[in-house]
Amino acid sequence: MLILSRKKDEKVMIGDQVEITILEIRGDQVKLGINAPKDVKVFRLEVFDEILKQNKAAAQGPVILPTLESGE
Amino acid sequence: MIKIQTKAYGLQEIEEKQIITIPQGIFGFENLRKYALIDAHQKPFFWLQSLEDPEVAFILIKPNVFREKYDPGIDLTELADLEVSTKEDLITFAIVTVPQNGTFITANLQGPILVNRHTRVGRQCISPRDEYRTRHNILEEMAAMKKEQPC
Repeated sequence: MLILSRKKDEKVMIGDQVEITILEIRGDQVKLGINAPKDVKVFRLEVFDEILKQNKAAAQGPVILPTLESGE
Repeated sequence: MIKIQTKAYGLQEIEEKQIITIPQGIFGFENLRKYALIDAHQKPFFWLQSLEDPEVAFILIKPNVFREKYDPGIDLTELADLEVSTKEDLITFAIVTVPQNGTFITANLQGPILVNRHTRVGRQCISPRDEYRTRHNILEEMAAMKKEQPC
């Protein structure tokens, strides 16, 4: 893993199109600004992990489905 | 007609047009690329049955069943691989989780499956919108939606 130290308002480039700016450092939280082309998908890792976990849970459900009550 | 083995209904015959290709796979199931979309016996659900592993099948629902104005906010330029030119080319599905005890069915609105209705090529996308989570209570949201409509 490449490790870089950066201060507030300093930037990191990944390739020639992805620019990450350290916007704010407060206690144990860092605020990042990310400039990337639209086809580069950026998301929090937890979001990705959560979707993966939910997919696995969904694939393990029972094969008998409940019916949605129409209420009418 | 093509004969396939399904998790829910055993051996089934499907038509070519029911086959959906997901070139990048579904997160966690990246090695499975070919699926069949089958109407579930219970409306309004669908089964997305893997053609490569009969034991893998997902239950899908169209989010507008319980969320009238669902829009995952995914830019068309992000969907270049699906070759869609307008949002009308897309069919949107959410993966449903049915817990083993049969209650509290949820749908994943954060990771919808978008399919080009013409080529039937799809992908699981990640919505950048915070209002969408991986576990939306379908019945609860349907009830809320009905309340909003005037009688």
